Amino acid sequence: MNAILRRATHFLGDRAPVEAAAADAEGLDARAFDLLCLTVACTLAVHLAHMPAWLGAALAALLLLRWLQRRLRGGRIPAVARFALLILMPWSILAVYRTPFGRAPGAALAVGLLVLKLLESERKRDARMAIGFCCFVLMSALLFGQSLSATLPVALALLPALATLRALQPDSGTRRMTALFAPGAGLMLASSPLALVAFVFVPRLSAPLWGAPGADAARTGVDDRMAPGDLRDLLVDDSPAMRIGFSGAPPASAQRYFRGVVLWYFDGRAWLRGLAGMRNRAPQSVSAPGAFMDYEVTLEPTRRRWLYALDVPLSAPEDVRMGADRTLERSRPVTETTHYQVASATRYVLGATLDPALRRDALQLPPGYDPRAIALARSWRAQSGNDDAAIVQAALELFRGGGFAYNLAAPPLGRDSVDDFLFGTRQGYCEHYAGAFAFLMRAAGVPARVVAGYHGGYWNDFAQYLLVRQSEAHAWDEVWLAGHGWVRVDPTAMVRRVLATAAGSQDGTAGEGGWLAWRDRLDVVDRLWDRGVVGFDALRQSELFTPLGVARLDWSQLASGLAVGIVMMLGLALLFALRAARIPPRDALAAAQRRLQEKLARCGVARLPQEGPRDFFARCMLALPASRNELITLAREYMRLRYAHVAPPAEPVRAYSRAVRNFHARSVVK
Amino acid sequence: MPLSAITLQQTLERRLPALTRTRAPETLPIRLHRRRIYILPTRSGLGFGVLLAAMLLGALNYQNNAALLLTCLLGASVINSMLVAFRALDGLSLTQVRADSAFAGDALVLHLQFDGAGRVRTALRLDMADGGVDFCLDARGGEIAIGMPTERRGWTRIPRMRVSCTQPFGLFRAWSWIAPAQDVLVYPQPLHGPHPPPHGEDPQQRARGEEEYAQLREYRSGDPLKRVAWKASARHDRLLLRELDSASHEAPQKFEWDALHGLDRETRIGRLAGWINQAHAAGRNWILVLPDGRALGPQADHAHFHRCMTALALL
Repeated sequence: MNAILRRATHFLGDRAPVEAAAADAEGLDARAFDLLCLTVACTLAVHLAHMPAWLGAALAALLLLRWLQRRLRGGRIPAVARFALLILMPWSILAVYRTPFGRAPGAALAVGLLVLKLLESERKRDARMAIGFCCFVLMSALLFGQSLSATLPVALALLPALATLRALQPDSGTRRMTALFAPGAGLMLASSPLALVAFVFVPRLSAPLWGAPGADAARTGVDDRMAPGDLRDLLVDDSPAMRIGFSGAPPASAQRYFRGVVLWYFDGRAWLRGLAGMRNRAPQSVSAPGAFMDYEVTLEPTRRRWLYALDVPLSAPEDVRMGADRTLERSRPVTETTHYQVASATRYVLGATLDPALRRDALQLPPGYDPRAIALARSWRAQSGNDDAAIVQAALELFRGGGFAYNLAAPPLGRDSVDDFLFGTRQGYCEHYAGAFAFLMRAAGVPARVVAGYHGGYWNDFAQYLLVRQSEAHAWDEVWLAGHGWVRVDPTAMVRRVLATAAGSQDGTAGEGGWLAWRDRLDVVDRLWDRGVVGFDALRQSELFTPLGVARLDWSQLASGLAVGIVMMLGLALLFALRAARIPPRDALAAAQRRLQEKLARCGVARLPQEGPRDFFARCMLALPASRNELITLAREYMRLRYAHVAPPAEPVRAYSRAVRNFHARSVVK
Repeated sequence: MPLSAITLQQTLERRLPALTRTRAPETLPIRLHRRRIYILPTRSGLGFGVLLAAMLLGALNYQNNAALLLTCLLGASVINSMLVAFRALDGLSLTQVRADSAFAGDALVLHLQFDGAGRVRTALRLDMADGGVDFCLDARGGEIAIGMPTERRGWTRIPRMRVSCTQPFGLFRAWSWIAPAQDVLVYPQPLHGPHPPPHGEDPQQRARGEEEYAQLREYRSGDPLKRVAWKASARHDRLLLRELDSASHEAPQKFEWDALHGLDRETRIGRLAGWINQAHAAGRNWILVLPDGRALGPQADHAHFHRCMTALALL
């Protein structure tokens, strides 16, 4: 019976016998399997950066082996091997991460399970499940970062996923690869308005339902503890730290110092904030003779509480406290992209007077460290007498002419770190120089402190904003000079010899330079993405219609907006789907005949359903004797057009429909 | 489909007139339009929906707008894929049904002519009681063949068929029922009983009978080619056939209803059908005598075969 069915049924397009198709109805064909492998490979690629290299390599090798195995030999993987891998894979991940919980181990486990799922995928059902899982794992990659460069690959990886689903349809064997990708790509493109509406209106949660993912790999930017070597990882990190738009002209590049934290306390090894900033609640006075600058900062999440401002901020934004050292501090950490507005002066006198307590803090040194540096500083004091500025000059001269070099790969320092640096290695970067300089100043009796923040930035002329990257993290000093207040000194700038820098942060080779310049320019897109998508939080959502006069959208308004938007979009799509469904090409002759019938029906002669044209015309002639001659002509013409041709020629049909138009039934005059 | 699903479907169709409306047979052409195309998610579609909900919840919980955007994009694509499935069926019309002949119990091959209204339609499926066929239509439409199971001889109503499509991702199934008001004739199932066909002649006699012929007549379609008189045809420029003098040289086999007394009605019909089948396969002449005394034949061609089978089917 089945055999007959199979023989009887076949595809229409190609004349392939149906036996193959019917036998394989639930089996996974080679085309679909290839696409499935591609999807899993894309998923793995998206996650590669978040997992140990060996695990990524192992999973990629497993994937490749499975693909080759099914392609060359076919058949299932023995259950024993699958079972062994199923034990081995989670065990090794557990061994590496020590815990199954958290983002990184979770993602690694999910990708691993996905590859294992591929090993047993032999039927369409398996493939569908694997694709669903793929989509889920792809989305989880965005937990590691939602920048545009992270999102685009994920979005692109959805294409092979949809193509695989298409390839599971019964006719895919006869289709070209592009024909399998087309529906997914087309639908994603056509659905983007609906997706945007949903994205804008889906009510955001004000508080998470369950714990946010662990902050194991979060960037913190500049920290409030600075020991030699701490900043190193930051200086090779090219991700954006903040973006600043100025209401006027941007500051000159020499003026682009962004104050983050001020470090007052030296414990012999590291510089810390200490208590000075807290003890002195009131900000030190600042007098700014020159013009000040208004600007808006968009700060990437730092998980720290302080904000950055161009030297020196004149006032604090709302909900932000300004410390004595003119640093800005929020009550809660910056966990999401934050916008704030500040005004700053670049020419200023900060803290014209120094009260004794603050002076004590600015001269603090741990006892029993770095005797040679202290001796050197005291010798400067002895030479210069009361002239603090001369001491500063002496120190800067030392860095300029003393054989110092800028080197990111600085050798490690011992217990007396300042001595080791000044008289031993003489290589380092901003931390080493700023720390040693402050130490020398304090030892010589000049009040000094270390400022950590960012220096530099790329001015995007097109979009009018300054991009500051993590690699532009910097540390510099401030010394207090009578009559001048706190004066910024950047000892790192004195160093002439450069041994090793992070690629691109200071200089780069020519080829890299071109690419880096382009990357700086393309940051506009990143910024748009960050502002428009990543930064579209509950607050921005509620202020969506503020320009239109709606103060704040609440949850129910958003939900109704979502419903209306979705209905409108689906309505449009439905309209398109229905409109394009044409009624079969119109038959002009039939249309003309229908018109004639309507006319005749108005005269009381309606065609009966079972009546053919000849009978109908005959009955009409009897009923309307006044129009008999016209009806005879019409009947003859219609019969000839309808039954003498396979497809009636156009011109006579037009003539016939003209005749129908001119026909006016004359009822019998009583 | 599991039994529970079938009962559920039957209950639903009893309760919901909208679902049963298209159950009534219709005359051709049957055109599918929005009022008779139904769409529901498939099982994998439901699974995918759960997955999308999980992704949405995760994205909202972790305040991850990038994931939220992509989830919305994926969800919107999936929703709109429903319309693709709909469009694959919308406007499709069944214009003709042609049936091959078949014996009861065998599958009867139906040839269904579809018109696609100028749209290329892929990955369609036509399901009947216990089997289905996947097919594609190009812009001109096309014909597909499907086997229809048969049980009894006589006129049989074509059962309700389901045209469906799970394009493009297999997450939604759009379907519509078509029940053409058309009967097809099923021939009785031939029984090959122990009795040899009556009036069987010995091979020698038959061989002589084939050599000697009385006259020539013109070829009619359906005549066996081996009886074409090639030399005579060549002389006359048209195909001529050796007409056997059946009365004197080859006695036609005579299959009589009344000869099978003692058997029940269906067995008699089956026997007669079996004999006719054998005789037709062997290319012999036969006469069928029906219960009312009417005799068909003697003849040996296809037309005679179908005439006899039709008569038996409708007894």
